[in-house]
Amino acid sequence: MTDRFNLYRFASPATFYPLAGTLIPYFAAVSVVFGLAGLWLGMLVAPTDFQQGEGYRIIFIHVPASWMSMFIYLVMAFWAAIGLAFNTRLSGMMAQALAPTGALMAFLSLWTGALWGKPMWGAWWVWDARLTSELILLFLYIGYMALTAAIDDPKRADKAGGLLLLVGVVNIPIIYFSVKWWNTLHQGSSVNLTKSSMAETMLWGMLLMAMCFWMYSIAVAFMRVRTIMLERERHTDWVKAELAKAGNGGEQ
Amino acid sequence: MIHWTSFSDFLAMGGYGLYVWGSFGATALIMAVEPIVVARNRKTTIARLRRQLRADARAENRNATE
Amino acid sequence: MFRIIAAVIGRDLKLAMRRQADIVSALFFFIIVVSLFPLGVGPEPDLLRKLAPGVLWVAALLATMLSLPRLFADDHRDGTLEQLALAPHPLGLVVTGKVIAHWLVSGLPLALIAPVLGVQFDLSADALIVLTFAILLGTPALSGIGAIGAALTLGLRGGGVLLSLLVLPLYIPVLIFGAGAVDATVTGLGGRSSFPARRHHFCLTRLRPWASAAALKIALE
Repeated sequence: MTDRFNLYRFASPATFYPLAGTLIPYFAAVSVVFGLAGLWLGMLVAPTDFQQGEGYRIIFIHVPASWMSMFIYLVMAFWAAIGLAFNTRLSGMMAQALAPTGALMAFLSLWTGALWGKPMWGAWWVWDARLTSELILLFLYIGYMALTAAIDDPKRADKAGGLLLLVGVVNIPIIYFSVKWWNTLHQGSSVNLTKSSMAETMLWGMLLMAMCFWMYSIAVAFMRVRTIMLERERHTDWVKAELAKAGNGGEQ
Repeated sequence: MIHWTSFSDFLAMGGYGLYVWGSFGATALIMAVEPIVVARNRKTTIARLRRQLRADARAENRNATE
Repeated sequence: MFRIIAAVIGRDLKLAMRRQADIVSALFFFIIVVSLFPLGVGPEPDLLRKLAPGVLWVAALLATMLSLPRLFADDHRDGTLEQLALAPHPLGLVVTGKVIAHWLVSGLPLALIAPVLGVQFDLSADALIVLTFAILLGTPALSGIGAIGAALTLGLRGGGVLLSLLVLPLYIPVLIFGAGAVDATVTGLGGRSSFPARRHHFCLTRLRPWASAAALKIALE
């Protein structure tokens, strides 16, 4: 009974807004700590890779960015499913707050992939299955953001966006396998990234950086969701109180 | 413990400096700019909502006095 | 159940026949886009043969996109859609009928004209047959996926552009398998395919009308 009560309490914007506000500095701080530790381990301590020289150090941001771009899409789809099933207000706002960060992560993954590919494969871009799928993932993010931006009614935007996310998440494996099949059909253009067995320090550096990216995404998404909440709930009493408070005490 | 012997070695990244620092630079830039944009967006939203609130309150007062 | 689908198909076909110009212009769009490619890349038969499957498929995707915004828009405007949504039979069946009708007027003509265009690209008889069947089998999926996008963007400003933004990424598997099948015949590879992914894809065919129906309900609220 109490469990259920709590769940509903936190699902209400009026309670989540201040909670997110207090949590943001913590997530940001933890992200910085993980980031510094990861950079120290990855950039200063980790040894040279015997195949790729120092160029492999791009892995410390490329892999976390790729992981986050996929993970954020899954989280958005999760919120979309919750939102469509239980009609909660918070879930649609969370999905919308996460989308730009996810798109940026996908972009970073492509950007760092290009900068990694140039010295290793001799080309900025190759039509590798993973690169191509990442590009399509970026398109899916952009489609979601365009759709929700085009719908004025927030309720409809949430539901339509949520449905698109679910359709997208069902299609992602098909897209991935089709791109992989396409890649084997056109062998020659494909380049396989040979994964050398990673030194332990490299692995730890990568994991620390992934934690840094994760915490960063949560912090930014919370910042964004708070703005969306104010905007959407502007006619409620708690937002009016919040606006009056921010006026006296300055920005929070 | 530390892998590099000199700072210029660190910057050169064994000849991959452009690629490595290009990646880290872009990431640092995005991670610095995104929160700033979000924070500014929040400020303008709050300012706009507060203006609307005041306008609504004025309209209500006028209605009450009439 | 089939009576409902058949009734919707019949009605949509009758409406489409009153506007034959739409069907014909989409078809000509397909023909023109395909004909532009040799002018852009040069007339070497070897190059054209290589490009043909991709060019024909991409043009088919674009031609299908043209008629998608109209799929639900007319019924939405005159209120028919709301009546259909309120009717006792499931909306998914209605959508299925509309998708089949859309395929009959947009996908089927493309498949019939494709071999003629394939000849322009110097494709062999084998490749032409595979091409026709690939487009014949692939275009229903295009109509089905497109219906979801059409329902999501129903009544929005700039819906047409938005629709292509949403739908084109989801068309990629169809493009890959469709063009890949022809490509495999052209290059003599034949028979290499990824059946699990295809089977997965076909299983989704049954789910798609329900996703479109859900999207329509959201749009109608």
